[in-house]
Amino acid sequence: MATEIAFPDSAAKAAGAEQEFAPEKMSLSMGPSHPSTHGVLRLQMELDGEVLTKCDPIVGYLHRGDEKIAENMTYNQFVPYTDRLDYLAPLANNMAYAIAVEKLAGLEVPARCQAIRVLTAEMARISAHLMGLGAFGLDVGAWTVLVHSLNQREHLYKLFEELTGARFTTSYTRIGGVSRDVPEGWLGRVIAFCDQFEPALEETLALLTRNKIFQDRTVGVGIITKADALAYGLTGPNLRGSGVALDLRKDRPYSGYEQYEFDVPVGSKGDCYDRYLCRGEEMRQSVRIIRQIVAKFPSGDWYAKDARKIFAPPKDKILTSMEELINNFMIVTEGPQIPAGEVYFEAENPKGALGFYIVSKGGGVPWRMKIRSPSFCNLSILPKVCVGTMMSDVVTLLGSLDFVMGECDR
Amino acid sequence: MSASVDALSALKAKFPQVTDRASRDCPAVDVPTLDLFAALKSLRDEAGFDLLSDLTAIDWAEGATPRFTAVYHLYSTASHAAVRVATPCVGDDAAPAVPSVVDIWPAANWHEREAYDMFGIKFEGHPDLRRILMWDGYPYHPLRKEFPLAGIETALPDLEVAEETQAKVIPAPMVGGPFVASSGEMNLTEAEPRAKDESWNERSAKPQA
Repeated sequence: MATEIAFPDSAAKAAGAEQEFAPEKMSLSMGPSHPSTHGVLRLQMELDGEVLTKCDPIVGYLHRGDEKIAENMTYNQFVPYTDRLDYLAPLANNMAYAIAVEKLAGLEVPARCQAIRVLTAEMARISAHLMGLGAFGLDVGAWTVLVHSLNQREHLYKLFEELTGARFTTSYTRIGGVSRDVPEGWLGRVIAFCDQFEPALEETLALLTRNKIFQDRTVGVGIITKADALAYGLTGPNLRGSGVALDLRKDRPYSGYEQYEFDVPVGSKGDCYDRYLCRGEEMRQSVRIIRQIVAKFPSGDWYAKDARKIFAPPKDKILTSMEELINNFMIVTEGPQIPAGEVYFEAENPKGALGFYIVSKGGGVPWRMKIRSPSFCNLSILPKVCVGTMMSDVVTLLGSLDFVMGECDR
Repeated sequence: MSASVDALSALKAKFPQVTDRASRDCPAVDVPTLDLFAALKSLRDEAGFDLLSDLTAIDWAEGATPRFTAVYHLYSTASHAAVRVATPCVGDDAAPAVPSVVDIWPAANWHEREAYDMFGIKFEGHPDLRRILMWDGYPYHPLRKEFPLAGIETALPDLEVAEETQAKVIPAPMVGGPFVASSGEMNLTEAEPRAKDESWNERSAKPQA
């Protein structure tokens, strides 16, 4: 069987007996459809026994041309496409995109809108980390974690559904606001979720943190040094797991993050275990932020009322006022009017820094939009860290990097 | 913010041909292509911009000079400052070129491959410049302005499958966009939102190229 699969020079090997023990490399392709590649990542590997000597990640299987599409539609029409970048945290993507366009337009949104956005982004962070945690547990053989985390994520999705109308692809923000205000009693239900989530999270993490089998598989595995992490442009929990305390929510606060108190967890060794610990702690900190937001939830408008050429007027006004009808028509057909210029904005998303670089020549359609996706940058370190690891540790490493291919390939 | 302004003033003192670039957020400069590598290296080593956030390119459409601009976003984890550096690509439209910065930040490796894939920009000195999102052997660079949104008919990446099935990569049937409802149609099916460019659609055949 071996002669059929992977030893192209087996004839040469048979010819010379002295070559019998010469090291021979096996090439192995993992993915694009493999349960531990979390989507459609393909790894073209070269193995010496069980140890990797080379790893070439092949991405692009989920490439949909989002950047090309963005150049061909108005700013508002692109909002649903941002859901499909990191589809585990669409609310955070929506927010990052909206802030980038608002920066270009020089628009400030009211405090209530900022609070709603931060609140939903932190909930999205919890839901994305829960999924990452569950999948990571599954990768290293801890099945129960997934059941616990999906259960909690379901509670969050119910809240998302009530707020946005959709569980998964929310498209919640608009340029200059959000699509609707929070429903009555919703904030109370968010706090009720937090109350039951905190003990449940401790219970879930307790399944792994001191678990001997889990530690054996993750401690000291897939170490990314501080220097490597920076050189390869890692961001998010993967960078912090390597000991760099870079969190854009703290370092370049946006949307009112400076008002909230939270800690930034940092790893010490940069192994898979550290990255796991960082994500666990980030969920606790997100709950902390959520509680602070709800405690002093600002009143007032939830969209920028003065941005008449950017944010569509309320429906009842459209149906009763000629001027508002025309205004709405212009925003829908020509898009929000954004001045010429270029802007680059990065938000701290669950996977890392999601950046939007928008070049505008004025009008309702961007000239160029580049999406800097954290998963793409985080995966680019694979050829470096995979070399010298065992084949079975690659699965652990992929799980701990917690990437989403929808975002990587765009 | 001031840290990035200081860094760029020092850069301008060192490289006299560096000029300010209009920007609505972080400070930005235009750097001549010849100085690019040295300028970026000095920004990393002397000004502490240790993280390459992003690297991309802009196509200013056919006929523009320069046609392509490469854009670098740098971030300093010490001072939390950010700068943007832009450089025009040299060479003709078919093969524009800029120096590669993989030696400064390994993070540039995949970004440059992506910019090559999407725009056809040659990053000189890149260790392994090949396509990353599209498949090897794909004949076009899709983010160039002359490339239509719907795509262009192309052979399948797997030649064996192509021969067996006679299948091809075909343009998306809904060409153009944004999608709009046409007001003149009377029945509901006809009034469905469709592509703005109606030179061809599901009902009328695609014109021969």
